[in-house]
Amino acid sequence: MEKFETLSGIAAPMPLVNIDTDMIIPKVFLKSIKRTGFGANLFDEMRFNRDGTEIADFVLNKPQYREAQILVAGDNFGCGSSREHAPWAIADFGIKCVISTSFADIFFNNCFKNGILPIVLPQEQVDLLMKDAEKGSNARMTVDLEAQEITSSDGDVIPFEVDAFKKQCLINGLDDIGLTMEKVDAIDAFEAKADAARPWV
Amino acid sequence: MSPKTLYDKIWDAHVAHEADDGTCLLYIDRHLVHEVTSPQAFEGLRMAGRGVRAPEKTIAVPDHNVPTTQGRNDPSQMTEESRIQVEALDKNAKEFGVHYYPVSDVRQGIVHIVGPEQGWTLPGMTVVCGDSHTATHGAFGALAHGIGTSEVEHVLATQTLIQKKSKNMKVEITGKLKPGVTAKDITLAVIGETGTAGGTGYVIEYCGEAIRDLSMEGRMTVCNMAIEGGARAGLIAPDDTTYNYVKGRPHAPKAGAFEQALEYWKTLFTDEGAHFDKVVTLKGEDIQPVVTWGTSPEDVLPITGVVPHPEDFEGGKVDAARRSIDYMGLTPGQKLTDIEIDTVFIGSCTNGRIEDFRAVAEVVKGKKIKDGMRAMIVPGSGLVRAQAEEEGLADIFREAGFEWRLAGCSMCLAMNPDQLSEGERCAATSNRNFEGRQGYKGRTHLVSPAMAAAAALTGKLTDIREMM
Repeated sequence: MEKFETLSGIAAPMPLVNIDTDMIIPKVFLKSIKRTGFGANLFDEMRFNRDGTEIADFVLNKPQYREAQILVAGDNFGCGSSREHAPWAIADFGIKCVISTSFADIFFNNCFKNGILPIVLPQEQVDLLMKDAEKGSNARMTVDLEAQEITSSDGDVIPFEVDAFKKQCLINGLDDIGLTMEKVDAIDAFEAKADAARPWV
Repeated sequence: MSPKTLYDKIWDAHVAHEADDGTCLLYIDRHLVHEVTSPQAFEGLRMAGRGVRAPEKTIAVPDHNVPTTQGRNDPSQMTEESRIQVEALDKNAKEFGVHYYPVSDVRQGIVHIVGPEQGWTLPGMTVVCGDSHTATHGAFGALAHGIGTSEVEHVLATQTLIQKKSKNMKVEITGKLKPGVTAKDITLAVIGETGTAGGTGYVIEYCGEAIRDLSMEGRMTVCNMAIEGGARAGLIAPDDTTYNYVKGRPHAPKAGAFEQALEYWKTLFTDEGAHFDKVVTLKGEDIQPVVTWGTSPEDVLPITGVVPHPEDFEGGKVDAARRSIDYMGLTPGQKLTDIEIDTVFIGSCTNGRIEDFRAVAEVVKGKKIKDGMRAMIVPGSGLVRAQAEEEGLADIFREAGFEWRLAGCSMCLAMNPDQLSEGERCAATSNRNFEGRQGYKGRTHLVSPAMAAAAALTGKLTDIREMM
């Protein structure tokens, strides 16, 4: 997995609440058996007309946000299905950090597996960053994962919380399966014990 | 020992390793797999030279892509991409040696219907699947939740998941339900109350008399939509209803093993005085037949209500409601029973079981659906279909004018030929009314099976109580 250390880039504002995984990547694009290439269809139904032309007023189509690497979004981002195609599409587009007041559980976990940092902040701070993002390409935000701080274009510093284990995995680009494989003895021991206690499973 | 919730008990029984910071390896008893969220996981195993650790605990079935029309074994009925996904699952299941129900098998169906039906899902288990509606299996008192594809690969390789424990939430439905009110109305009413993020960070235990009174089918409907309320999982403590459902199923324990299992299952309840971090209580008698008006499952109102005004809401929800009302082509103040319906979809992992179809048959028996109405009933599995045929329900549906389909996810998510067209308005028994969920610019109103049946007859959203 790609490492996440410090990210400095343009932030796009998407204040809509309850942005669901069907909006992030509609099901017609879930049919690939690869992990790549989904960025072209990120937010497809909000971003493109049926004939493939762009919807000009959608945020990621505006010239100042086409290179956005950070998304500041409304509450409950990523609700809905478990499709990892959603973070795949986000990462493939080039967005590596999403900031909101809350995320749906499965989406939140999926982000960390794909080098994306989802950050939960209180409403006032999301509001502040949303305003900052609305300034467009002049407003470059910096997200420092090691220090757990966001610096707005005006120099406001906002600290954030992140699970220590997930942080280490992101910073070092660690592969979960490799880490778990190191604990195979514990799994073997548990399995033997569970088989004896619940042989019908 | 301090009192534990049902969730605490199942969690504690499955921790294979705990790190100092509380990060756990949770052992997984059953891993269900479908064709959309698994190909990249199997490919990952192959590239790393890894195998499936416990193929005997892994069950695969194609459901999202498969057409539900007769003659579907003809490859031309599927798009090229759908066919590739289904064929990839065929190949992966064979290569890695997991249990498999191919499209041609009578037991094939929606993964969350097949699992319980075949006795794979048992009380006290941990069950995961690369599908958010895995919450369904919580109806058995199993800890069941959806995972992403990276986690699918992780479970395939290690039979564990890296997890931190969620908080405990209790949703109690007291007393009795009124006539015409079903499990679907309970689960929608709860989401209407808590919002779609109300359960975020929690595992819900549903309890109370109205939950106890539900059949296993009804309990599965309730738990199925726990995810729509944001919860990681929904649970219902097992009881005689559960044991009677499980007993005799192909993969349930037999004879002495069943008795031994039963003894353990009877310890699976929340202890008196156990702590819940959040409690929501609804009176069963207050719940009415409900319908969604917007594009989030929290946009729930009793069928007697009217389309709200965006100004009725606060914060970010004002703009969201405005967008929803516009997308749905509705007018604030409009009576919900005045909303005309083009299409009725009955099926899905929420309401594609035999009890749902009996409820529909009761409403439509001897009647005809409205002229011009497109109405389809899609069984959740080949065995549900066979049982409905045997009970004569299928004849009732056909005579009423419904299309009687083969098993699959169908129009719940429209990854297959069953889709809404632009602007088409559907009363659906499925679980999501998101924009575009049932087809590009399609409009979805979530309802119970009985309410969907009523809408098929009248051509409008209809209060089922007026037809009883």
